[in-house]
Amino acid sequence: MDVSQYLEIFLDETKEHLQNLNTRILELETDPENSDTINEIFRAAHSLKGMAGTMGYKRMQNLTHDMENVFSEVRNGTIKVMPEMIDVLFQCLDALEEYTDNIQSSADEGTNENEQLIKKLNDILKGESGDGAGSGAEPKKTEETGQASRPSGETGENKWDQIPLDSTQISVLREAMKQGKKVYGINVMVQESCILKAARAFLVFKAVEELAEIIVSDPSAQDVEDEKFDRDFTLIVLSDSDLDSIVHAAENVSEIEKATGAPLVLENNKSVAAEDKAEAEEKAEESEKPAAAPVAPAKADAPKPVATAPAAASAAAPPAAAKAADHKKQAPAKPVVNRTVRVDIEKLDALMNLVSELIIAKNSLVSSANAGQEQQTSGATHNSFNEQIEYLESVTTNLHESVMKVRMVPIESVVNKFPRMIRDLSKKLDKKMELYMTGEETELDRTVVDEIGDPLMHLLRNAADHGLESAELRAQRGKPAVGSIFLDAYQDGNNVVIEVRDDGNGIDVEAVRNKAIERGTITPEQAVNMTDKEIINLLFLPSFSTAKQVTDVSGRGVGLDVVKSKIESLSGEVEVKSKLGEGSTWTIRLPLTLAIIQALMVVVGDEKYAISLGSIQTLEDIPASDIKLVQNKEVIHLRGNVIPLIRLNQVLDVESKRSEEDNLIVVIVKKGDKMAGFVIDELIGQQEIVIKTLGKYIKQCKFISGATILGDGEIALILDANALI
Amino acid sequence: MELSTNTNKLVSEDERQHPTETIQYIVIRLGDEQYGIDIRNIETITRMQHITRVPKMPPYLKGVINLRGVVIPVMSIRLRMNLAADEITKTTRIIVLKLAEEGNVGFLVDEVKEVVSLNSDDIEKIADNNKEGRTNLINAVGKHNGELISLFDLNAISLEG
Repeated sequence: MDVSQYLEIFLDETKEHLQNLNTRILELETDPENSDTINEIFRAAHSLKGMAGTMGYKRMQNLTHDMENVFSEVRNGTIKVMPEMIDVLFQCLDALEEYTDNIQSSADEGTNENEQLIKKLNDILKGESGDGAGSGAEPKKTEETGQASRPSGETGENKWDQIPLDSTQISVLREAMKQGKKVYGINVMVQESCILKAARAFLVFKAVEELAEIIVSDPSAQDVEDEKFDRDFTLIVLSDSDLDSIVHAAENVSEIEKATGAPLVLENNKSVAAEDKAEAEEKAEESEKPAAAPVAPAKADAPKPVATAPAAASAAAPPAAAKAADHKKQAPAKPVVNRTVRVDIEKLDALMNLVSELIIAKNSLVSSANAGQEQQTSGATHNSFNEQIEYLESVTTNLHESVMKVRMVPIESVVNKFPRMIRDLSKKLDKKMELYMTGEETELDRTVVDEIGDPLMHLLRNAADHGLESAELRAQRGKPAVGSIFLDAYQDGNNVVIEVRDDGNGIDVEAVRNKAIERGTITPEQAVNMTDKEIINLLFLPSFSTAKQVTDVSGRGVGLDVVKSKIESLSGEVEVKSKLGEGSTWTIRLPLTLAIIQALMVVVGDEKYAISLGSIQTLEDIPASDIKLVQNKEVIHLRGNVIPLIRLNQVLDVESKRSEEDNLIVVIVKKGDKMAGFVIDELIGQQEIVIKTLGKYIKQCKFISGATILGDGEIALILDANALI
Repeated sequence: MELSTNTNKLVSEDERQHPTETIQYIVIRLGDEQYGIDIRNIETITRMQHITRVPKMPPYLKGVINLRGVVIPVMSIRLRMNLAADEITKTTRIIVLKLAEEGNVGFLVDEVKEVVSLNSDDIEKIADNNKEGRTNLINAVGKHNGELISLFDLNAISLEG
């Protein structure tokens, strides 16, 4: 069956479940007795297993199956949650994530069996410590399969011997035997409680097909799919693998009570005995009429796989499997998984409403145009025409906004993985720490959210690794033993601010200064004049971050340039505040969305420019006499701040239209703590603009971040205030 | 629709008759000289419109225009080839080329004259002659009705841009 169409959904949901599991297991670690959490974990693991099974990802299914076993025991109270167990579970989640990644990139889960993990899980089940060597605790499954396959060989009367075979099939089997292939008969019994027999049977088919070629099935594959069978079905397969592995594969499907199998002896088959008579040249599968096979009593009591019992009740119905199409055609299609955005229904409703309004507006326009043709002289139609256009305008504006909102996703999806990461770091670094997050619901453009994960992770790692002091030092300084790391996100005007804060050591400015001089990044003379802030900013230089020594001295600088460049590529900025001994705060500022911004339109010379509203503080009207000179640079004194002036006409190489004596129109912009005043000729006003790139040819110009198309079709360039300050 | 299929047929018949390759060129005028641009690289030709200047660009990069909602840089071939600066007249056009790497780029030309089909027989490659900067952009000369048409090497244009 081709399940590739469900791949996207599968991946989406798997990731969701994994994230859920991560969060819940973290909860479980702090509160091992919480039955709600345990139930939730159990449910998530169970759904994962069902989904993986439906999609035919067997390794993934195996692993989740064993995890589920553990959770089930925890739920029943037979096993207590222990730290080692949590560790093992987290490793399992990592393994599952690896599978998922493989599936996403190649539609294949990969070949890692993760036997170690499965063994550890089984050890836990047996009440042993997960890390114990436990050589006695060989994976249960081999025992099971051993038992499962043994009894079948003993009895001469096997179900597969009763399958009617036609002459073509017999010759195929004979030929294969001659070539040294092995022919097995396999009987699979579905659990009585099983609801979706066909689906389970399909999974068995699929599992068996991975190892063997199915020659005959009884009832026919079609009948099995249509659920026209009682509780068991029988297969004759050709394979190179050994019987145990095939039986094991079949049995591993959930809700399969047991599978038995044995090498097929052709001569035992009834049809072979009567081959001379049966020579009909009918096509294989159609001719097969299930010969009312008597339900053979179970030959031996093969032990049930432990987990199938609890799983049975809440069978994760695989809707896909039910309509199993031609399962013999294996579809190795490798679908490219598209990136998707999950959209809140409300947002879609809003969109829908706007579109209907748009249609109404269009209709009104059409009707007023028609009316206009009838009575061309009437001024009334002209008025209503204008009215309609205004209406249309407001609708399109709202429509635009709504579409933009659809692209917005909460940063939750990114930051959710951090608690787990901090936990792991805490163990690895042997430091006690706690992550406090707020504002996970803050929304950002999807593209930004996708990219922001790595930089944030970097900063958090830095905070955990280098920021927080060792336990002794913390004790000395009278800080609480458990270090705190904060991740706060909030919206601030047109920006979203994400802060990573720790109460650790902070940045040792002197150490950085010395190192910078030593490395020749700055001269000692420069160093004297540089402020602490400027020194700290050196950390963002690429040359600094690659230097291992700096890490040793200052404890900072690993990949900070990467963080900075990543964030700048998202049109954001990052800055750091730090106080030695008290901790540091890294602040990332990102535009809400990349495609559309609020901007102030200004005129310089006879050209129009846009300045992002996000960086603008105030607009000032300054008399020319207020300009002072400091170090031969023009500054103004404004409410206690000395602000350098930048004459945009000089920067942009245009003639200003204003005379020297005129008052200056100054746009005060702010970048972090730095301020500057842009002197412009004229203000046009605030406008929402759509950012367009200038293309590859025009990239040399640093302070032009893009262009936008104005209402009259003209282009205005967007000034990047940050690059100008 | 019908028209275009007809011409396609014509072209293919043409090709059958002549085993040599036929390429269509748009002939443009810069000053008194004629130049040809391979038609396959042309996205569109528009009338002169307001070009928004971009500061701190080399002089031959005139700025950007809005072509149906897309911002496209425009350069002056004249300045690229060290000719006198463009004089904007009624016949001035912007030829928008689609370049694989850089996306679309517009070029200012004095006039767009016609479309000609040149056989590869009619095209003579010329050796790189770097004495004057202008020949850099020209890599062949085509003969058409007794006139010579210099053919642009679009790779050179895009590389140096």
